[in-house]
Amino acid sequence: MTTYSATLGGRTYSFAGLAGLLAAASPERSGDRLAGLAADSAQARVAARWALAEVPLARFLAEPVIPYETDDVTRLIVDSHDAAAFAPVSGLTVGELREWLLSDAADAPALAALAPGLTPEMAAAVSKLMGNADLVAVARKVQVVTAFRSTIGLPGRLATRLQPNHPTDDPAGVAAALLDGLLLGSGDAVIGINPATDSPKAVRDLLDLLDGVIDRYSIPTQSCVLCHVTTSIDLMERGAPVDLVFQSIAGTQAANASFGVTLGLLDEAYEAARSLARGTVGSNALYFETGQGSALSADAHHGVDQQTVEARAYAVARRYDPLLVNTVVGFIGPEYLYDGRQILRAALEDHFCGKLLGLPMGLDICYTNHADADDDDIATMLTMLGVAGASFVICTPGGDDIMLNYQSASYHDALYLREVLGLRPAPEFEAWLGRIGLLDDGGGIRDVAGTGHPLTAIGRGLAA
Amino acid sequence: MTERQVMALESDAALWNSLRRHTQARIGLGRAGSALPTRHRLELQAAHAAARDAVHSPFDPDVVASALAGAATIRVRSAAPDRLTYLQRPDLGRRLHDVDRAHLPRDGWDVVFVVADGLSSRAVHEHAAAVVRATTQRLPSDWRVAPVVLAEQARVALGDDIAHALGAKMAVVLIGERPGMSAADSLGAYLTYDPRPGRTTDADRNCLSNIRPPLGLSHTAAATKLATLMRRARDLGRTGISLKDESTSALPQP
Repeated sequence: MTTYSATLGGRTYSFAGLAGLLAAASPERSGDRLAGLAADSAQARVAARWALAEVPLARFLAEPVIPYETDDVTRLIVDSHDAAAFAPVSGLTVGELREWLLSDAADAPALAALAPGLTPEMAAAVSKLMGNADLVAVARKVQVVTAFRSTIGLPGRLATRLQPNHPTDDPAGVAAALLDGLLLGSGDAVIGINPATDSPKAVRDLLDLLDGVIDRYSIPTQSCVLCHVTTSIDLMERGAPVDLVFQSIAGTQAANASFGVTLGLLDEAYEAARSLARGTVGSNALYFETGQGSALSADAHHGVDQQTVEARAYAVARRYDPLLVNTVVGFIGPEYLYDGRQILRAALEDHFCGKLLGLPMGLDICYTNHADADDDDIATMLTMLGVAGASFVICTPGGDDIMLNYQSASYHDALYLREVLGLRPAPEFEAWLGRIGLLDDGGGIRDVAGTGHPLTAIGRGLAA
Repeated sequence: MTERQVMALESDAALWNSLRRHTQARIGLGRAGSALPTRHRLELQAAHAAARDAVHSPFDPDVVASALAGAATIRVRSAAPDRLTYLQRPDLGRRLHDVDRAHLPRDGWDVVFVVADGLSSRAVHEHAAAVVRATTQRLPSDWRVAPVVLAEQARVALGDDIAHALGAKMAVVLIGERPGMSAADSLGAYLTYDPRPGRTTDADRNCLSNIRPPLGLSHTAAATKLATLMRRARDLGRTGISLKDESTSALPQP
């Protein structure tokens, strides 16, 4: 195994292999300490960054962090690497890549052309040399546009996932939260429910409910019930109205196995979803969620730090031209990301790496009650990710998800972000908001409480 | 305001009130500009504060010991020395403190109840002793029940280590669940037959959650379910998914 080293303050620090170097160079987080991979000291961490800055990008092609023979995600990364796209940066070190990304030469077309030439490990490596502001500045320049019934990722736009979860999938309860979100201008990325059970019958009922509302009110958006991919395949075969096929994914073969998925299974889902051709303005039909720590949690990280493993999940995602990808950044708990500071850092890293690798990256900006974070952290993260150009964020009623028991952004938070940054909804959805009288003269969402808005019929039928 | 506007206003308010019967989601909150009205912002903060306090309030074993009214108890710590470490190092919360391991009397116990602080000491203080007492009353009189172990900075799997040290066939861990925004006092119960430290996985356990009268499961209902599960576990010689499947009809979800 190659040893990497750097001398700092008269002391020489050594790191075993690229995986060891990447782990030691990572900004501090509880998950890497739990895995025994974190740098021993603050100085060792900076020494690792000095050493990492000197590593030629080409080295990442020669030294996979997880062996090619034992992991199909590594094989996917290596086999799908685009040497021609890589050529413009092939002579650079990681430190030089950072400077190039921050330069004017790295404009939107140049970054889009580079994406297939970068591996997840290269993206993770350069992120470790970048400050939070760097991660915002570069991600902001990347444009990734996808479409189904709405178009996601256009400049100056921010979409939202409306998440009307209910602990028992009660249709009236779901519809109530759905109505609340629509009246607050949410739902242009997707109306997506985490079901309480994975039973095909329960999922089908929710799909029919969402499809009925989208059809009845001609809403230019897509629905998704976030069940296991095998359940979606089964339901598609039975003619269920499946818009987007969802799956949680991770950055190693073993971690994906812990989710019950293989690349072959995802290939099958991809073909099935595209063959339904339910999109009107585009055909991106997959939706993935990821999150730092999931591989370690499944004891499937192979000694690779949690941020690098997370970036490897994006290699899996990009194989399937997804409409949406989001990291569920603060959900996993304080043993992986301890506090608001660590969650913010991870959010910026994940968004940056996803975008750099060509993904329509959004976020579930969130925290659990045993993490050291609160609603002020949500506001900070939301603002930074809005500036960074996140494709979409997840929104829940009042920011409180009563099914998954965590706090995310609220519908109100999305209103705030659109207002302060001048961001608009997806164009098709924005036009629909105008048609149903929810847009004000400034392009914001009108407060229609107490006016008997026609959409309230969604609730009136079920409330009876 | 016209009569029609008044009707719409009243009708919308009635609609949200009606919809709130179907969900505890924070719907129809209204707006202050783009933001939440002050009242709703403070309500969210109050719920979060209750959850944070439940996570960080220290566990007081005396509260549980006195509520157990004279039953024998043993106090142990996990290898996590404090709350900060506990939250970041689940591996330490699953392991007994080396000194305390020696306090556990090895014998042929049928079952040990472990009262563990977990993520809500409040849940443990309010519910654990009552569940232990009610469950014990429902067990066959010839079962040998070990002294109740009161465990600090403990995860569920600490029960494996404790049962192993005691030589107990079965562990019942009553533990404070991660507080949500609507409940900060919810107790969980995890039943594990033949627990083996480091080898037992979550799939080998049966769980009752949301023990939290009056809104959740009552102490006696939890005790009845637990005692039924425990007898069945002993008959079958196992716990986990297989046990759960066979007893689904007898065990409606809380």
